[in-house]
Amino acid sequence: MSTTAEPKPTSPTNAVAVRDLRIELISSGVDVVDAIMIEVRAGEVLGLVGESGSGKTTVGMALMGYCRPGGHVTGGNVLIDGRELEGLAAGELRRLRGGTVSYIPQDPGTALNPALRIERQLSEILDAHAGDTTAEQRRARMRETLEEVALPSDDEFMRRYPHQLSGGQQQRVAIAMAFACRPHVIVCDEPTTGLDVTTQARVLQTVRELCQSHQVAALYVSHDLAVVAELADHVAVMYSGRIVERGPRDAIFSRPRHPYTRRLLRAVPDLEGKRAVVGIPGRAPLPGQRPQGCFFEPRCDLAIDSCRERFPEATEYGEGHLVHCYRADDAPDQLPTTGGDSAATEPGEVVVSVQRVNASHGSHHTLFDIDLEVRRNECVALVGESGSGKTTLARCISGLHHQYTGEIELAGTHLPESSRKRSNEARKQIQYVFQNPYASLNPRRTVGQTIARQLNLFFGGGRDSGQRVGECLERVALSAAAANRFPDQLSGGERQRVAIARALAAEPSLLVCDEITSALDVSVQAAIVDLLRQLRGETGLSMLFITHNLALIRTIADRVVVMTEGRIVESGATANVFQSPKAEYTGHLLANTPTVEAALGR
Amino acid sequence: MSTPAMTVDQVAGPTQAMRSRQWTQLLRSTLGMWRARIGLVIVAILVVIALAGPLFAPHSPTQFVAAPNSPPSSQALFGADSLGRDVWSRFLYGGRSVLGLSVAATIIGVGLGLLIGLTAAYAGGLVDEILMRIADVFMAFPQIVLALLLVSAFGPKLWLIVLTVGISHAPRVARVMRGAAQQVVERDFVKAAEAVGEPRRRIIFGELLPNVTSPLLVECGLRLTYSIGLIAAISFLGFGLQPPNSDWGLMINENRLAVTVQPWGVLLPVLAIALLTIGTNLVTDGIARAAIGIDRGD
Repeated sequence: MSTTAEPKPTSPTNAVAVRDLRIELISSGVDVVDAIMIEVRAGEVLGLVGESGSGKTTVGMALMGYCRPGGHVTGGNVLIDGRELEGLAAGELRRLRGGTVSYIPQDPGTALNPALRIERQLSEILDAHAGDTTAEQRRARMRETLEEVALPSDDEFMRRYPHQLSGGQQQRVAIAMAFACRPHVIVCDEPTTGLDVTTQARVLQTVRELCQSHQVAALYVSHDLAVVAELADHVAVMYSGRIVERGPRDAIFSRPRHPYTRRLLRAVPDLEGKRAVVGIPGRAPLPGQRPQGCFFEPRCDLAIDSCRERFPEATEYGEGHLVHCYRADDAPDQLPTTGGDSAATEPGEVVVSVQRVNASHGSHHTLFDIDLEVRRNECVALVGESGSGKTTLARCISGLHHQYTGEIELAGTHLPESSRKRSNEARKQIQYVFQNPYASLNPRRTVGQTIARQLNLFFGGGRDSGQRVGECLERVALSAAAANRFPDQLSGGERQRVAIARALAAEPSLLVCDEITSALDVSVQAAIVDLLRQLRGETGLSMLFITHNLALIRTIADRVVVMTEGRIVESGATANVFQSPKAEYTGHLLANTPTVEAALGR
Repeated sequence: MSTPAMTVDQVAGPTQAMRSRQWTQLLRSTLGMWRARIGLVIVAILVVIALAGPLFAPHSPTQFVAAPNSPPSSQALFGADSLGRDVWSRFLYGGRSVLGLSVAATIIGVGLGLLIGLTAAYAGGLVDEILMRIADVFMAFPQIVLALLLVSAFGPKLWLIVLTVGISHAPRVARVMRGAAQQVVERDFVKAAEAVGEPRRRIIFGELLPNVTSPLLVECGLRLTYSIGLIAAISFLGFGLQPPNSDWGLMINENRLAVTVQPWGVLLPVLAIALLTIGTNLVTDGIARAAIGIDRGD
C-alpha cells in the first residue's frame, strides 16, 4: 500500500490519457469535475460509473475536445494517442472527432437525422474523414461496418429512414457510424439505457467484439453497474465531479474499497434474490455546494473527523486499484448476502380482476385475451419489454385507455372503460404512479398543493389539510417542509416520492406503478423499492408493479406475470418463475438481464 | 427504511413557498433586458400622457383658440387644427380612447382565444377540428375588413369596435394557445388528473393554464400592439370616436389635408401611436425571450 499522488508516466500504449483534468463553470469558477485521471489502453473498455450529475458525461465529452456551453477546461490535459487536445485548431479537432475519437450517443432516436437515409448517415462520416478513398471503397466500408454490427447491408436496408428501424437497430446504426472510420477511441454515453434487455445484450456484445477486433479503446459511461460489470476491463467510479475509486473490474466489483462504491453495489438489484437492495440516503452535492472534506462524507456511515477536513488522496490497493478514502481499510470485504427474497405475505380477496381484455390503439391490436388478478396484500409484477403492452394494460385498469373489450372488475363490480365514467370510489381505489416523475407533477404547483388537491377530491377540504399533507409526505420519507417546494426544486427520486405520496393520499386498495424507477439512478431506485416494500408491510396495499427490469422485482413481487407482444406468456410465484421459467421467453429475459454476479462469475 | 430524512431542506433557494415565484422570475429576467426596459419606459410615458394628459391640457379639446391651421404660438403650443382648436390639448385628451379601447379589445380577444385554444387542445379530436376550422374561416378575413364590415353594418358604436377587434384577435390567439397547450396536454400530470377524475374545467384552468402563462403574456402584448394600430385605423377611417371628441386616430384624419401647412396635428398622434406600438412590442419581445429561459425544462 502506498500513496500515489503523482501520476504515473503515460505509457505509449495508452490510447487515452486524461491527467488532472479540471473543468470549471465560466460564470462562477466552480469546478464541475476536477482531478480526473483516466487511462485506457487500445482494445480495453473503461467503465465510467456514476449517478446523474456526477460529471461522467462531462468527462466523456472532454475526450472529444468538447465542453458544453458554460464550461471550460482550466487544468490538466487530455491526450488521445499521445496527442494533446488542448490548443488544437478547430479544423484538427473536427478531423479528430468522428475520425480518431467517435461517439455513441445515449438516444439514437434523436442522434440520427430523421430526414436522411441510413446510407447518407453513414456516408456523411466517411466523406468527412476518408476523403482520399474512392466512392466504391467507401461503399464497401459501409457494408462491412453494417455487417459488423449485425445489420443487413443490402441496398434495401441502406435506403431506409431511421423511423423504419427499431430502437435496437437505430442504436446499431449509431454504433456503425461510430466505428465506420476505424477510430482509436470510442466514447459510449449510456448507449443501452433506452433499450430492452435482449437488445441491450446484443448491443453490448457488438461493442465488446468491435473494440477487441479493431483494438479500440472505449470509455463506457453508464450508471448501470451490471452493464459495466459485463463489459468493462477497468472501472472508474465518479461521485460529484471526482473519481473516488478506480481499478480493474474484478477488484472494484468483488473488493470495493470506497464506501460509495459499496453502497452503489448494494443498490443494484440482485437477480438471484440473495440480498436486499438498499438505497443511499441523501443526495450528491451540486458543484459549489460540496463539503470541505470528502464529498461523500455527509452520506457516509464510516465518516471520521479527517473525512471532514480534506479530500482524501489516492491510496493504492493492489495493481492499479486506487481509492480516495480514509476508511478504505475498514470497509468490510464482502457484500451482505441476506434479506433478498420478498417476504411472503398472505394474499386476501381479489381486488382487481381483468378478464379476456383485448385492447387496441386505433386499428392496431395491442392486447390479446389478458386475464389477470391482483389480490389484497399482494404485489404482482408485470414484466415485459417495450411494446409488450404492459403499460396499455395498466392504463386500461386505471381508466386511462378506453379502447378495450372485456371485463375489468374492482372488488367484484364492473368498471366502466373511462375514468370519467367510473365512480369516485373506484377512482380512489385504483391509483396510478407514472413512469416519469419529471412529467407527472404539475411544475406550476407546489408539492403541498398537488397533494392537498388529491385529499380534497377524495375526502373533502378540511382545515387541517396542511397537517394531512405533512403526514402524506412523511409516509414516503420526505420532510413536511417539502410541501412548500415546486417540483423543479426536487431531485428525481424526491419527485417520485411525491408522486407516490399523492397516490397514497387517496388511500387506494391498488397502487399501479408503471416503470416508476426507470428514470431514476440505481441508488434512488433502490430507495424507492425499499419504500414500497415498507409501505406494503404497513398497510396491506396491493400493488401492480410494471417493469422491464427482472432483477428489480425479485425483492418486491409475490407473483410475476410475463408479457410479450400483448400476450401473457407466463405467470407464477416469483421464486418459481426465476428458478424454473416455463416459457422460453422468460428464460430468454433472465439470461439476457445483466447482473454484477453473473459478469464476475464469467 | 434506510432513508429516514431526505435532504429536501438543503435544496438551494428560499424555503417559503412563493405562489408567484415564476412571475417574479419572469419579471426579473424580463427587466434584465434593455429592450424591455426601453419599451417599458416608452409605454409608461405614453400611458401617463394618455391618462393624466387632460389634467395638464391648457385648453378644452373643443375650444377654439386660434386661427385654423395656425402654426405653434404662445396661445397654442403645437399650433391649431383645421377648425382652430389647440392641437396639444386635443393630443393630451385623445389618448384615453385609443388606450382604453385597445386594452379592452385585447382582454376580450385574448380571453376568448385562450378559452377556445385550451378547449381545443384538451378536447382534441372532433371538437378541436371544428373549433380550429371555424377559426380558420375567421382568419381568412383581414382583421380590418372584418371590423369595418361589422361597424358599417351596425354603426360606429364603441362597444362594437371593441368587440369586433377583440373577436378578430380571438382565432389568432386561439391558434397559439392551442399549440402551447397541446404540449402540456401530452404530459403525465394531465393524465394523473384525469385518472383521479378532476372535472374538465379544472384540468383546463388548473393544469393547462398555469403552464401556458408565458406564451399567454406574449400574446397579450402582441395583441395589444395590434389593437392599438387597428383601433387607431378604425378611428382614422371615421368609424371610431365621433367628432368633436378628440382621438389620436381621428386627429390624423382631421389634420391630414393640412399636413404641409401644419404638420403637428398629424405628427403628434402618429408619433404617439408609433411609439406606443414599438414600446409594447419591445416589452413583449422581452417577455418572450425571458420566457424561453424559464419555460424550458420543468
